[in-house]
Amino acid sequence: MAHTTSIQKGSTAKQDRFQFHDYYLVEELLSEEHRMARAAVRDWVKQEVSPIIEDYAERAECPVHLFKGLAEIGAFGPSLPVEYGGGGMDEIAYGVIMQELERGDSGIRSMASVQGSLVMYPIFRYGSEEQKRKYLPKLGSGEFIGCFGLTEPDHGSNPAGMTSTLRKDADAYILNGAKMWITNSPIADIAVVWARDDEGKIRGVIVEKGMKGFSAPEIHGKWSLRASITGELVFEDVRVPKENLLPEAEGLKAPLSCLSKARYGIAWGAIGAALDCYDSALRYAKERIQFGKPIGQFQLTQKKLAEMITEITKAQLLAWRLGVLANEGRASAAQISMAKRNNVYMALQIAREARQIHGGMGITNEYPIMRHMMNLETVLTYEGTHDIHLLITGQDITGLSAFK
Amino acid sequence: MKILVCISRVPDTEARVAFTAEGSAFDESGVTFIMNPYDEWYALVRALELKESLGGSVTVVHVGTAASDPIIRKALAIGADDAVRIDAEASSADFTARQLAAFAKSENYDLILCGKETIDYNGAEVPGMLAELLGLPFVSHAEKLEMEGQKFVLTRPVTGGTEVVEVEGPLVVSAAKGMAEQRIPNMRGIMMAKRKPLKVVPPVEVEEKVQFVHFELPPAKKEVKLIDPENMDELVRLLHEEAKVI
Repeated sequence: MAHTTSIQKGSTAKQDRFQFHDYYLVEELLSEEHRMARAAVRDWVKQEVSPIIEDYAERAECPVHLFKGLAEIGAFGPSLPVEYGGGGMDEIAYGVIMQELERGDSGIRSMASVQGSLVMYPIFRYGSEEQKRKYLPKLGSGEFIGCFGLTEPDHGSNPAGMTSTLRKDADAYILNGAKMWITNSPIADIAVVWARDDEGKIRGVIVEKGMKGFSAPEIHGKWSLRASITGELVFEDVRVPKENLLPEAEGLKAPLSCLSKARYGIAWGAIGAALDCYDSALRYAKERIQFGKPIGQFQLTQKKLAEMITEITKAQLLAWRLGVLANEGRASAAQISMAKRNNVYMALQIAREARQIHGGMGITNEYPIMRHMMNLETVLTYEGTHDIHLLITGQDITGLSAFK
Repeated sequence: MKILVCISRVPDTEARVAFTAEGSAFDESGVTFIMNPYDEWYALVRALELKESLGGSVTVVHVGTAASDPIIRKALAIGADDAVRIDAEASSADFTARQLAAFAKSENYDLILCGKETIDYNGAEVPGMLAELLGLPFVSHAEKLEMEGQKFVLTRPVTGGTEVVEVEGPLVVSAAKGMAEQRIPNMRGIMMAKRKPLKVVPPVEVEEKVQFVHFELPPAKKEVKLIDPENMDELVRLLHEEAKVI
């Protein structure tokens, strides 16, 4: 059989030998559509992402051409209704898609997370009918790239402290302020931006590229998410027409609900990065011979691998249960925090252990490990830091807030 | 144009081949099954391209049990309009071709496309048998399929070059690599596939002419001896004394 099910582009591209691991047969809990979605996104990643990702990450360049492919496969807002450019799927399908994308690279998954959960979702949930018709189909088809502006240079974990302002002026709002660590911002056509109005209430507006006083400089020098573009958003007296205000969003709970969507996707996504590291480590441990036998035969290597698959299995079950709750509209923000925190930390630990199993090879771009590990350092603290999520759980179980 | 695409279900290329006790059957436990790539990437996708440019419909047909439904849904997700499953184990090429022929006779297809072979048994027999049973012309291993007016123009490989043939339809074609490019189903296609018709029909009576008797694996590979490239005398000695080939 001279066939392979993955297609390699160009002869120099590294072969993606990834095989899925599902120790507890969690796939049996999924529907046929979920499994088909997983297979499709995995094929897409093998074809489009794996052959190029090390190179783009090394050069710290965003593979912008992948936006079109992500749109075509249906990775933007898959759980939004079809009439608004979504895929009409459920939350588990969304999770599975994020997992397969992050199996390729956390930066690629971030491109899709932001577009779907942080740009399309707020417009869908809080936007007017005109806004939905105007923006969502274009965002779903990848014609528009979007970004989300909440975090400020001085307000990360504490978004309630934000100082960006929206001043009413006749038929418009005058937006002032700066946002930091904004995925996709330098290439974005629109930005969903959160700021305080004249009454001090947090409101959301859609800012379009080209509006006077709006700029989005790129942040350079990242050692993490190098294939994802990150920037600032700077607003100097930007006149935003009043029809660009999201009418239904008032207060911090609106942007936080978007973050819940994105964090939910990350809880699934991180498992993808963990699986890629585990898969590579398992194969390496069986192939690498030292002292006359495969290193996988040594107890210390087995301990690492056995613990990895145990943690991955637990994370898979956590994500699946969270997905069921999300489908029923019962997944709380605190439950999402727990899964995001647990699964990202799990993935990072696995990346570190996998790196050790690979020895020196683990630090090279011959294997995906170091790239995943560096990416996950970001994932650990973006969309709510590891520590903040712990305090959210703490607050949820004690009823006492550590933030006050 | 009314097109029929025959699809089969095969073990994933990464599947480890094993047999049940005494080699009586292929051991399916832990094996992932996929749509035969020649059927999916070339036959089905070319059929969809023809439909997109000329109009018409694409039906997929499969001989198999309900275990095959995921691959049939995938064909629908990629873009086929409807599907028919003939509810029987595809036990041999002869049996499968007779089932397909019985179904295909009931409809007037302009074109019947199959993959050039399945990647499990690599038999490549079904398309030819099907054409014979239907009394239709057959072009095998086609790398290109175009329409020129009412005629099908097909390109197939021959030793040292290619052959171009012109055929009036209806006809049966077996598709080889090059006829089209793989299409990955998108999320919308996957959701639409749920609502597309998948009709299950009973098989026709066919006398089984072939019985599988026994399967066995090739002998295990022997250990490899590595000889230093400087030590040619040792290589010659081993080839002479141990391998006894010189």
